[in-house]
Amino acid sequence: MNAYEIVLKSREKGRPTAVRYISRIVEGFIELHGDRRFADDKAIVGGVGFVGGMPVTVIGIEKGEDTNDKIAHNFGCAHPEGYRKAMRLMKEAEKFGRPVLCFVDTSGAYCGIGAEERGQSEAIASSILEMIRLKTPTLSIVIGEGGSGGALGLCAADEVWITETSTYSVISPEGCASILWKDSARVAEASECLKMTADDLAVLGAVERVIPERDFSEEFFADLKADIVRFFRGKRGIPAEELVEARYKRFRKF
Amino acid sequence: MKFDLKKFFSRKPKNELEGAGVPPQPQPNADPAAAAEAAIPEKLAEKCEKCGQIVLSADMDENFGVCPKCGHYKKITARARISMCVDAFEELFAEEQSGNILGFPGYDEKLAALREKTGEKDGVVCGTGTIGGERCAVFSMDYRFQMGSMGHTVGEKITRTFEYAAERRLPVVGFILSGGARMQEGIVSLMQMAKTSAAVAKHAEAGLLYIAVLTDPTTGGVSASFAFEADVIVAEKGALIGFAGPRVIEQTIRQKLPEGFQRAEFLQEKGFVDLIVERREMKEKLSALLKIHAADASAAEEVSL
Repeated sequence: MNAYEIVLKSREKGRPTAVRYISRIVEGFIELHGDRRFADDKAIVGGVGFVGGMPVTVIGIEKGEDTNDKIAHNFGCAHPEGYRKAMRLMKEAEKFGRPVLCFVDTSGAYCGIGAEERGQSEAIASSILEMIRLKTPTLSIVIGEGGSGGALGLCAADEVWITETSTYSVISPEGCASILWKDSARVAEASECLKMTADDLAVLGAVERVIPERDFSEEFFADLKADIVRFFRGKRGIPAEELVEARYKRFRKF
Repeated sequence: MKFDLKKFFSRKPKNELEGAGVPPQPQPNADPAAAAEAAIPEKLAEKCEKCGQIVLSADMDENFGVCPKCGHYKKITARARISMCVDAFEELFAEEQSGNILGFPGYDEKLAALREKTGEKDGVVCGTGTIGGERCAVFSMDYRFQMGSMGHTVGEKITRTFEYAAERRLPVVGFILSGGARMQEGIVSLMQMAKTSAAVAKHAEAGLLYIAVLTDPTTGGVSASFAFEADVIVAEKGALIGFAGPRVIEQTIRQKLPEGFQRAEFLQEKGFVDLIVERREMKEKLSALLKIHAADASAAEEVSL
């Protein structure tokens, strides 16, 4: 597959979205709503549950599955209240020493009047700032599109994993082609240039692990769950200061 | 008196050779307007980008780059900004520069052309100095370098400024101007948002002050990282500040945005900016903020009531 084919695949209809991952990986998930400030943003789903017997806080950017569902979840484009909900849940996890698991799938944070009025920039900036110094283990997995700041708001983690036909980029290839070359037809070329596919990202060190998708079979979810459990078990007993320092180094290298 | 046409149309010599003599040397840290002039390309008159009227450059410079006719804030270079607000400036990390990390087509040429044109290695100038006598670390972004877009060099220099300040227990004052992340550096430029944020967090945890001065424009990846992570967020009058640029929003929602949307005054009204400051008063306000934060709260004197 070339880069543009992967871009299309990362957005393909029928691809499992965050709620599917949560239902396959998290036992006894209880959804917790709202940012306690303004609203409950349905583009971001969050709550608590168990993974392999370990309590976790789970946060996912949800695109929705069918058309009505997509509209309800605003196509996975979060407003500031979505990031503020995520932050609130992360702080709650920190208080109880629970690890935080994020599933990331968004074309980007929402662009609109309300989003600007309520401080989209401030919400994402604060989310990055809080997550990067969170005193509990964190893991983010990109499961479709990792669209720019809207994705990074939930990717300031100890490690970032990505499924093999997902992307993670500073800008969409459409945006890049139209801004840089004033030609949105050159989207395939932009997809290559941006080095936004899972394999390229691994070479650049932006992700620690590329997960084979195996047609999103039961085995795929079972193995992913086992890997997540192993990852968080490996973080047990590490003092919070060490976790934060290791995270600092992870991002400092860029 | 005879009107001297020749003198009227003559221009200032561009350089030493052309001037056939020693040109007036800009005095470092002399009065801010003169220092600002030194950083602005020499010419006699210019057209205000807002009202379109011709203004004598000397008048524009004396007025802190604010149009004397319509009050429009002209964009000023990183160094002109520093000259206006910072005394005893000493540059840091001046040699820092990176290349075409992703091998993005055309980016090498673009960087080379920008370096040639601006005389800067990239879009930010960092260092230390004093503002109203208060020592601080400073960074200042430059619109001439792809509208202050953040790639590796910008992110690295700003990160190093916060690390330097944290080690030496200095406050940081950042003059921010950026259209966002630099797309030719792909994911590496996105990672600068996380890297700079981590450095801001470390500086903040050491109990140190960070003042962000948001100038026109502050949008995209920079607005969604260190621009909105400061203790005090100052905005320059009329500055465009937002996550998405107005054109992108208009295309997305297919309607015209109201007048004043995403301007500094709008952000203050919505609760995201602490105070709006006029350019000519910036130095004084920053100095006052630095002084209050530097003062020892336990040093209260007896006051007769």
